[in-house]
Amino acid sequence: MGIATRKIANAFSTSGIIQSANINNASLDNITTIAGAGDMVFVSSATASSSASIEFSLGSYKEYKFFFVNMHPQTDDVYFQFNLSTDNGSNYNVTKTSTYFMAYLGENDAGAVLTYDNTLDLAQSTSNQNLLYSLGADADQNASGTLQLFNPSSTTYIKHWIANTNNAHYNNFSFNTYIAGYANTTSALTNIKFQMSSGNIDAGKILMFGVN
Amino acid sequence: MGSLTRKFANNFTTGGVYKPAAITNNSLANITDIPAAAKGKLTLISSQTASASASISFTSGIDSTYPIYRFEFINMHPATDNADLTFQGSTNGGSSYGITTTSTYFETRHSENDSVAQLAYNTGFDLAQSTSYIRGSGSITNQNDSGLSGVLTIFNPSSTIFVKHFICEINKMFNFSGSFESTHSLSAGYLNTTSSINAFDFKMDTGNIDDGTIYMYGIGA
Repeated sequence: MGIATRKIANAFSTSGIIQSANINNASLDNITTIAGAGDMVFVSSATASSSASIEFSLGSYKEYKFFFVNMHPQTDDVYFQFNLSTDNGSNYNVTKTSTYFMAYLGENDAGAVLTYDNTLDLAQSTSNQNLLYSLGADADQNASGTLQLFNPSSTTYIKHWIANTNNAHYNNFSFNTYIAGYANTTSALTNIKFQMSSGNIDAGKILMFGVN
Repeated sequence: MGSLTRKFANNFTTGGVYKPAAITNNSLANITDIPAAAKGKLTLISSQTASASASISFTSGIDSTYPIYRFEFINMHPATDNADLTFQGSTNGGSSYGITTTSTYFETRHSENDSVAQLAYNTGFDLAQSTSYIRGSGSITNQNDSGLSGVLTIFNPSSTIFVKHFICEINKMFNFSGSFESTHSLSAGYLNTTSSINAFDFKMDTGNIDDGTIYMYGIGA
């Protein structure tokens, strides 16, 4: 038996099973994905830098989860919002119906209110969906939160979403907002776009995960 | 073909792919980690289980590695009846806890006997520029099968630019004048500092944490 053949043979037990001595962490260095290794798979991320908007393409995951980290606007008193596309981003105008409620408290102890806001919900509207309330642009002010979008590729069902954010209001309040609704279409959603209601996204990172 | 070669060959399909029989758990005994690119993105950093503990502190593993940290509370059981689960952050590795915080708190309640069904803001549990411990929940009954479970998410605690937002969602059992109820507690706000937060402390507002486990995960790319 040649040397190479001997090395190969030694890698297996007499029953032909791979032996532990012949596979280690380094053996997996070129592995970039393992089915079942995790149920929440990182898909993509984008970091804003004076960005007019941030767009993501959607695929076939049954659920997408977006994390918003330190979204900071260039303009004071604006809303972070999203819309959806069924035509690969050519148009963001999917019809939506949603609910919107929030709790808020001022740093000066004003407020302490839990309320539904019927000006920020949507009823069969193609407008952008707001995800927070009057975000401030002070250097340390920002918004963070999550958005779950369920089965956007379905061609049978409407598409539900659930979002939860906390933001620093421009008048120094803490706003905790819960938004949920559905995109009232049976067409597959192909793209999602995030933007501020006015001005650019000065900074912040959005991470997109797919949930198996 | 020799017998050894035959056994070796038998562990491949006709297409040359390894059959399950070729790889056993023992084959992977020396695998202790997989490449980062292949890992799941909810990474367990550490966990702690209470046992009549005055508090549970996480003083390591909170840094710039992850943009999002997630604490999961599993069956937190108070030693004292009607204790509240509270938490605070630290900018000095846990030497002290008391970051100025503004936060909201509201909850929904429903009693087992159907007598209470309520959604309300609780002004007693919010914080306005306070260094007090933040309430994750209201009162928890300490009967044997009671307790709470839930999730606390902290965004970018290592930032030196922004205030640090948190969102906490817990469900618990409460004993209201002899009637048990399910309470869904929702608190959120920001730790109003631009210093990095590198430790968190969890405790009941009175008495020990009798039992329960807190898992700390990192979420990132």
